[in-house]
Amino acid sequence: MSIRLLRLFGGREATAPVARERLQILLSHERGLLGQSDLLVTLREEILAVVSKHIQLDPDKVIVKLDRGKTVSTLEVDIEVPNNFDKKVSERRMAG
Amino acid sequence: MAKVLVVTSGKGGVGKTTTTAALGAALAQSGQNVVVVDFDVGLRNLDLVMGAERRVVFDLINVVQGVAKLPQALIRDKRLETLWLLPASQTRDKDALTDEGVGRVIDELRSRFDWILCDSPAGIERGATLAMRFADEAIIVTNPEVSSVRDSDRIIGMLDSKTVRAERGERVEKHILITRYDAGRAARGEMLNIDDILEILATPLLGIIPESQDVLKASNVGTPVTLNNADSAPARAYTDASRRLMGEEVAMVVPTERKGFMDRLLGRRAA
Repeated sequence: MSIRLLRLFGGREATAPVARERLQILLSHERGLLGQSDLLVTLREEILAVVSKHIQLDPDKVIVKLDRGKTVSTLEVDIEVPNNFDKKVSERRMAG
Repeated sequence: MAKVLVVTSGKGGVGKTTTTAALGAALAQSGQNVVVVDFDVGLRNLDLVMGAERRVVFDLINVVQGVAKLPQALIRDKRLETLWLLPASQTRDKDALTDEGVGRVIDELRSRFDWILCDSPAGIERGATLAMRFADEAIIVTNPEVSSVRDSDRIIGMLDSKTVRAERGERVEKHILITRYDAGRAARGEMLNIDDILEILATPLLGIIPESQDVLKASNVGTPVTLNNADSAPARAYTDASRRLMGEEVAMVVPTERKGFMDRLLGRRAA
């Protein structure tokens, strides 16, 4: 509330919350790729290589995340594929 | 026991050299034997900020390469008996420093001093990894700015993987030092606040240095800000930070600089 009031008077926008959110998203992504372990980078590259044999991929749209928990750890692989990718593949197969 | 402390950051221009000089002087003032070492080969500046630029004869590279002995290269501060400087070279190429050579110099420094403060170059290149290589503790200097915080995160990752301690499975103790903080702007939501930065970086806070004209004034005249105007807000913040480094419990206050009436009226900010 106080921030809103100040914004009214000052006529300036509170940009810090935006900065905070952007950083949190960015760093959670970067930490997955960099620094933590080479394993993730290797996994990401190999998964990318296998999948792109069959589907055309945008490398930036592949997210590999490893969450280490106390009892269970999860490996999350999130691959965004273009629409109609299956058609393209079947066309290629027909041609081949 | 000697402590090797690296003052580092990802982004340049956040105040590493100012911080090294100010903390070095503050530690020396409380009776500790301190040496500040400039690792920024090619862009040396610690000698300038310490006011010793005209007294440099030999430098860190000379010592690493065996051209000069350590005592020949060490420069004693004119103001404080227990404060010394080991300058960086301006001309030689960066590859003149080797892991092994730097390790030898650090070992020799350990036997002479209580604190060895290494001023790191910015970035993630070899110079920065060498500066942090033998560190027991690290101060990550960051501004309340997205680019600075992001790069700090990267450096924290390196401290956890590329140091001798990390490779031995030990820990490098890490601290965040926030510089150029403007409490007023943070309160108005125009600047990341302390809690945001600490939450994002998940590293304990060593101190908050306010945005202040005194920092530039001190470097203009070549005197660490803690000696130049000991009563100024940044000097007090640095002195508190040095006491925390020595293990004292000092309450964390968010320092603010007093502004004159005309400054407020005209909305002037500290440079």
